Amino acid sequence: MQSHTTSRDMPLHRFLRETLFRETTRICGLICAAIVVTIFAFLLWFSWPLLAQGKIATIVSLAWRPFHGQFGILPMIAGSLSLAIPAMLLAFPMALGITLFAHGLGPRLPGKAVLTLVHFMTSIPTVVYGFAAVFLLIPLLRATFARGSGFSWLAAMLTLTVLVLPTIVLFIHTHFSLVEPQVTRTTQALGMSDTQRLLAVTLPLSRRGLLAGGILGFGRAMGDTMIPLMLSGNAPIMPGSPLASMRTMTAHIALVVATDSQDAAYYSLFACGIILFLTTFAVNLGLRWLESSTSVRT
Amino acid sequence: MNPFVYRACTFMSWLCTLILVLVIGYLLGFLAFKGGPTINTSLFFGDTPIWDALTGRLPVWDGIWPACVGTLLLVGLAAATAIPLGVGAGIYLGEYAQGNGKRILAFLVDLLAGTPSILMGLLGFAAILFVRRLFDLQARTSLLTASLCVGFLVLPYIVRATQTALESVPGDLRTTALALGMTRSQAIIHVMLPRAATGIASGIILAVGRAAEDTAVILLTGVVANAGVPHGLTDKFEALPFHIFYLAAEYQNQDELAQAFGTALILLCLTSILFMATGLISNRLEKQ
Repeated sequence: MQSHTTSRDMPLHRFLRETLFRETTRICGLICAAIVVTIFAFLLWFSWPLLAQGKIATIVSLAWRPFHGQFGILPMIAGSLSLAIPAMLLAFPMALGITLFAHGLGPRLPGKAVLTLVHFMTSIPTVVYGFAAVFLLIPLLRATFARGSGFSWLAAMLTLTVLVLPTIVLFIHTHFSLVEPQVTRTTQALGMSDTQRLLAVTLPLSRRGLLAGGILGFGRAMGDTMIPLMLSGNAPIMPGSPLASMRTMTAHIALVVATDSQDAAYYSLFACGIILFLTTFAVNLGLRWLESSTSVRT
Repeated sequence: MNPFVYRACTFMSWLCTLILVLVIGYLLGFLAFKGGPTINTSLFFGDTPIWDALTGRLPVWDGIWPACVGTLLLVGLAAATAIPLGVGAGIYLGEYAQGNGKRILAFLVDLLAGTPSILMGLLGFAAILFVRRLFDLQARTSLLTASLCVGFLVLPYIVRATQTALESVPGDLRTTALALGMTRSQAIIHVMLPRAATGIASGIILAVGRAAEDTAVILLTGVVANAGVPHGLTDKFEALPFHIFYLAAEYQNQDELAQAFGTALILLCLTSILFMATGLISNRLEKQ
């Protein structure tokens, strides 16, 4: 690399300075890489006693009864999935609708205003969404259904939908902004309206981008801690009804660290950590794969 | 497609947008309405005289001043970790790295960006467990662990911003600098970086905003409800987002509830200001 600037071309001190600068930046890069590797290494290290002794079955079980030595995390895995998937199924069509509105289904100025609003939403702290939901959504659910505390799957799912919405909108928006300039002239020449262009041309051309936006949003929904922690009630049981309390893996990690001090419970913590890490890994692989196959096509 | 489908799609898109505007409008209005009246000096300092609180002569018990200081220190230390590392790694990715090395590092940076913040907290927590087992039984989570972990959390934003900004500098500028006899590092430091400064700055502001709002990381790495103003790196500390989270679950009376609304509004204003700063910068970028 940079083989044309060898030591023969420049005085020694200059060569040293160049090398020092390059290697410093390389070390910064390596540290970034090392952080990710360290996270995975720590997760493996601390859950190894469990994995090595073939005790996986005790972890992947339904029972979370710490005082009986049962540390099943299956309810938390189910909790995370049952929250992230419906939140995505709700957020995705909404995000698509909002992006289409901003790109021409709505009037120009309101469209721009909505994009600014969505941008602004990304800067609202997660804990503020959670806080507002505790005092707005929870009493509403309590009044509407007249049973339970309101802290439930439904409350967490609805708030999570609002939280991941801007991520998906901005991703689809970026994708549309790349596709639209390529098709605008042709569609105008064909006499298509804005609506026709968006729905019949841009949308089908953006399939992969839409899929990528969905995957990204799913990753965000799986990884969020504060919304389920503040709103879902946190009972370590399989999610039952929409109004029942449940617990996600992320909230589980936060709760166990905060309350338990016995070593055995920690294993389940790191097992949850590994599952979350592998989910992130899969999400990123999926995105990378979509990206590479898209760039070949366009 | 038949016209009915078009009309239905348009209707749905208007409806989604309307719902969003109503939800966010209601949320912001609610916070402003409930939190606005609570914002005064006693929200920050409680009964403690302001000057004594600012100079640290008297502790503040019933105000959010310790949480403000905690968040400020946390964000400052996290930025001090993330900015040099992030800009360095961004320069490496944008200017030096090539081929497979670049591809792998870029993937790892993406992975870091996608890592749930609770895992970053778990990293800090596990690191302390690790240190305790191997060396020092007294090791505990503190301001230092928390700010390192928050720094790592926001690192990828700065790396990406730096890399993108460097890569979008016109190629002939780099060539000209090298042709004038500058070395590679001189070209980067004196030509490329100043040109990329606005882009890097917007990445840094984004990172600061994320550092200020994150709750999951500090939850595992040393934040507590009543620590007061921290006096050293190994002290426990308070923080605004944690204070909101704590009060939402544990408030005892109407005063504490009012304080929670005030804190939420203050944090929201803080992140909004950072958001507007990024907006101004990206406007400038577009003009370039």
